[in-house]
Amino acid sequence: MKFGILVNEGPYTHEASDTAYQFVKAALAKGHEIYRVFFYHDGVNNGTRLTVPPQDDRNIVKRWSELAAEHKLDLVVCIAAAQRRGLMDKSEAKRNGKDADNIAPGFRISGLGQLIEAGIQSDRLVVFGD
Amino acid sequence: MLHTVNKSPFEHKALESCLKFARQGSAVLLIEDGVYAAARDTAVSPQVQKALHSVTIYALKPDVEARGMQNRVMDGVRLVDYGGFVDLVAEHNAVQSWL
Repeated sequence: MKFGILVNEGPYTHEASDTAYQFVKAALAKGHEIYRVFFYHDGVNNGTRLTVPPQDDRNIVKRWSELAAEHKLDLVVCIAAAQRRGLMDKSEAKRNGKDADNIAPGFRISGLGQLIEAGIQSDRLVVFGD
Repeated sequence: MLHTVNKSPFEHKALESCLKFARQGSAVLLIEDGVYAAARDTAVSPQVQKALHSVTIYALKPDVEARGMQNRVMDGVRLVDYGGFVDLVAEHNAVQSWL
């Protein structure tokens, strides 16, 4: 079965991103397909590679990146939500005249249409948020 | 339909709203702070017990254990792990997250 995942909350403040990650891992282990994980609202903060959590804590951003690399996941960050919160890839940084980018490996920035498409293409859309 | 509730019933009306809308035969999965609704002998347990007559109620075991509640879950509430969560999503035609 194809699952679409929507994550509406950032890491560490809420459990939403943790639950979404564990759900995605369990779904993959059962042989399901993850069509896309869409990060919206504060959820875009799951995609910054500049986070440095304490060493004895889970690294939520890195965990998503590693899972994406292992399973070729499509991790999409909402562009409008990302712009508001200072999340940039190289081309966005250039376009907006910023001196750095901070998107984590495995994530890409795109529009809300990607969420709609995930809803259409997936058998189920599961929402994690606060 | 599968409903998920991730808020404690002691600080949020998510569970109350969910139970008002959930149709007979639906499944309700308590996750994150939502698992506090699964505790027995609380102010909301009569409401949850009543709901058990018309809907199936599950609680996410890792979240129950993370809150030290494993010995306080009321009879009738079924515990599932993340794999069970995935199965519930696959078994039901749609998922409604009460956020």
